[in-house]
Amino acid sequence: MTLLAGEPSGGQAPTGPEQPLREEGPGFRQVFVEGIVYGNSVTVTALAIVTGIVLGGLLIAFSDPHVLHRWAHLFSAPGAAFSSAWDSASSAYSAMFQGAVVNIHSVGKAFHGGSISSVFSPISETLVQATPLILASLAVMLPFRAGLFNIGATGQFIGGAFLAGWVGFGVSLPPVIHVVVAVLAGFAGGAIVGGLVGALRARTGANEVIVTIMLNYVMEYLLLYLLGTAYFRRPGRIDPISPLVQGTARLPHLFGHGLRVNAGIVVALAGAAGVAWLLKRSTFGFEFRAIGFNPRAARTAGIDIGRGYTQVFLIAGGLAGLAGACVVLGTDFTLTPQVYGTYGIDGITVALLGRGAPLGVVLAALLYAGLHAGGVQMQASTQTPVDIVTVIQAVIVLFVAAPPLIRGLYRLRARPVTSETRATPTITYVGDP
Amino acid sequence: MSVVAATRRRVATLDRRTVAGAFFAALGALDILGFGLGAHAGDAVFRFSVGGESAHVPDLSLPAGTTAIVLGSLSVALGALYAGWQLGRTARRVVIAAVMALFILALLCWVDAGNSPLNIVGLLQSSLTRSIPLVLGAMSGLLGERAAVINIAIEGQLLIGAFAAAVAASAAGMLWLGLISGSLAGGLIGVLLAVFAIRYLVDQIVLGVVLNVFVLGLTGYLYDRALVPYQTTLNSPGVYGTIRVPGLADIPIIGPIFFDSNVFLYITYAVLLLVQVGVFHTRWGLRVRAVGEHPVAAETVGIRVIYTRYRQLVLGGLIAGIGGAYLTIGSVGAFGKGMSSGQGYIALAAMIFGRWTPFGAVGAALLFGFASALQNILSILGAPIPSDILLMTPYLVVILVVAGLVGRVRMPAADGKPYIKS
Repeated sequence: MTLLAGEPSGGQAPTGPEQPLREEGPGFRQVFVEGIVYGNSVTVTALAIVTGIVLGGLLIAFSDPHVLHRWAHLFSAPGAAFSSAWDSASSAYSAMFQGAVVNIHSVGKAFHGGSISSVFSPISETLVQATPLILASLAVMLPFRAGLFNIGATGQFIGGAFLAGWVGFGVSLPPVIHVVVAVLAGFAGGAIVGGLVGALRARTGANEVIVTIMLNYVMEYLLLYLLGTAYFRRPGRIDPISPLVQGTARLPHLFGHGLRVNAGIVVALAGAAGVAWLLKRSTFGFEFRAIGFNPRAARTAGIDIGRGYTQVFLIAGGLAGLAGACVVLGTDFTLTPQVYGTYGIDGITVALLGRGAPLGVVLAALLYAGLHAGGVQMQASTQTPVDIVTVIQAVIVLFVAAPPLIRGLYRLRARPVTSETRATPTITYVGDP
Repeated sequence: MSVVAATRRRVATLDRRTVAGAFFAALGALDILGFGLGAHAGDAVFRFSVGGESAHVPDLSLPAGTTAIVLGSLSVALGALYAGWQLGRTARRVVIAAVMALFILALLCWVDAGNSPLNIVGLLQSSLTRSIPLVLGAMSGLLGERAAVINIAIEGQLLIGAFAAAVAASAAGMLWLGLISGSLAGGLIGVLLAVFAIRYLVDQIVLGVVLNVFVLGLTGYLYDRALVPYQTTLNSPGVYGTIRVPGLADIPIIGPIFFDSNVFLYITYAVLLLVQVGVFHTRWGLRVRAVGEHPVAAETVGIRVIYTRYRQLVLGGLIAGIGGAYLTIGSVGAFGKGMSSGQGYIALAAMIFGRWTPFGAVGAALLFGFASALQNILSILGAPIPSDILLMTPYLVVILVVAGLVGRVRMPAADGKPYIKS
């Protein structure tokens, strides 16, 4: 795992309880300068993001028929060729920015009596998108740290979304209790699916990559089947769609009804904080990481590896289930066969970009969510297909995963390899049973 | 200490045997109670010809209920045999295969009772063609993993192969150019995988997933941007016609299934044979496996580890690209967004399920192909079971098999571990 904790990452390097309490660290200035010269993880990540965006821009420009037409006349009118390419990419990106962060026009309007909420609506959309992403990528990240690979966030998401949705529309409870129970049901739903994977891995040695892939399909079909049954289908509809979640079970809006941002983001941030605590401060977390670094050594040290695998997957599944709960109770309010979207797969790339640390995951999820929310706006206003966002995201992660490539591109010097850099878990299919 | 471990292991295998036997017996009971006693009145008619053969095979007509009860009893007996006797390895596998076959036959009897004839040859034909991309994808994974590089990017290789084949064949108006382009595009992903995994030591599972996302985004973007507006010039490649192998195609039952398909099936045969012979019966394959098992030892006897891994991944990509090309110019005739729809992941599972051997992978791929074809036919027949549950079955079977029957699989020893030349 060169990429998760592979880079010596300043203060975020894994620090176990066994580390000496205090050590005189280098000053801030030295860290800052070294970071730029040697290309530490933050610099590499920033450069990877820039590179991804530039490559995406090139792809936008050079797949635009208008631009290609101008480039056909490159030698007779070189200025027009370059400026049309620039215009194509920059208008797409400015639309994306307006959809993700803030739209300048709405700010102007707000000063002249327009609505305030339209100023914050892009940020709100970004946060709404980020909520399930944070939780789903935590679900991928936690097993990573224990040397396990969770491709099954999709299936666990479905488990959580289903139970949360069921409690949401099928059960009647008093206001506050209802939403809490529904969210907890989401956790439980995901944990059941995830725990199954962990238990199978622990008891029979079944390869978790296969089991999670297969469970994704099983859960997708199960959802489709259940939504087709009379009990879960909305009365009066023939397509597979569940009844609406009751008002008492919906996650409350944080800033009024004009903005879609809801308490889900609080759940997600709490999840990230919980995982951070788990990894850094709890015995569980210490055992997970020990298993991830070296299962044999962990077993010799008396850690029950099988139990560790089960626990990791229980919690990871629960986190993915929370993602499902946040989508169903926060924005969709209903179950559809496509409720799981691409959160499961996106969770993997976000976990990578976040370098296996909870704070990193939150920041990476915000970036992804911004790109996605902006991409929707971009497609609406410039007809650039939103799939470009997926390309940019993949390119960024590829570059983040290969720091030597970025260092080579930008002529940064590589820091000599330390023993700390090497001591990272390698993930393969079948670790040690 | 070791005695304790041995005892525990014996208990574990005994448990596993009993559980598996009980599972087989339960399937048998389902055959008897569900499919046998719950059958509609009437016969199940199975047809064995698709028309056009020189020798005609008569239809087989069976009383549905009785047949299912007989099949179920056989299954229960096999379950008892499995649980009660210590069977050899081959015998165990035969029993597993037999129980599955009995179950499927009983299911077919139940579904077809009093219905229009069920064309068995058509069903098997369709199973075989549906498994083509799975087999080719699994070969791609196998070639990489035998040299210890995990290839999760099969999905991406299939998808980009499908895209490139559709575009090239439409633009040039020549199908063979599409086939070559599809293959090359898959190879290109193989190159990317190799460079990042071998040169930049990126974690291979993660890398594969990212490459899949990359291809999904790229092809989706280009599809919306170019293929939708220029549908006729860029996305109407046409489909390869069927080729009847003279002589062999006239054999009843076997002929139409194996020797009356388009060029992709024959390519698949060739690839399968080449991989099997190449990896297990040649010096070339021995070296590849040495690289996969113990790269340091391989390097000391003069095998170029890094070069071997590059070559394997590119070869695998070229093969998976052909599988991708099948999706467009071999079956559907047009590219659609995300049309590989997880088949690359299924191919990967088939390879692991088949214990990193070509024929094992083919067996697993055929299981998936059969389930998909069966589901299709059952929905046409209007089977009284929900198609979603049926679609779920092959995935559940894989989980059961991976957890219970296969147990711990042995992968190439160095799989997934980067090789750093010192």
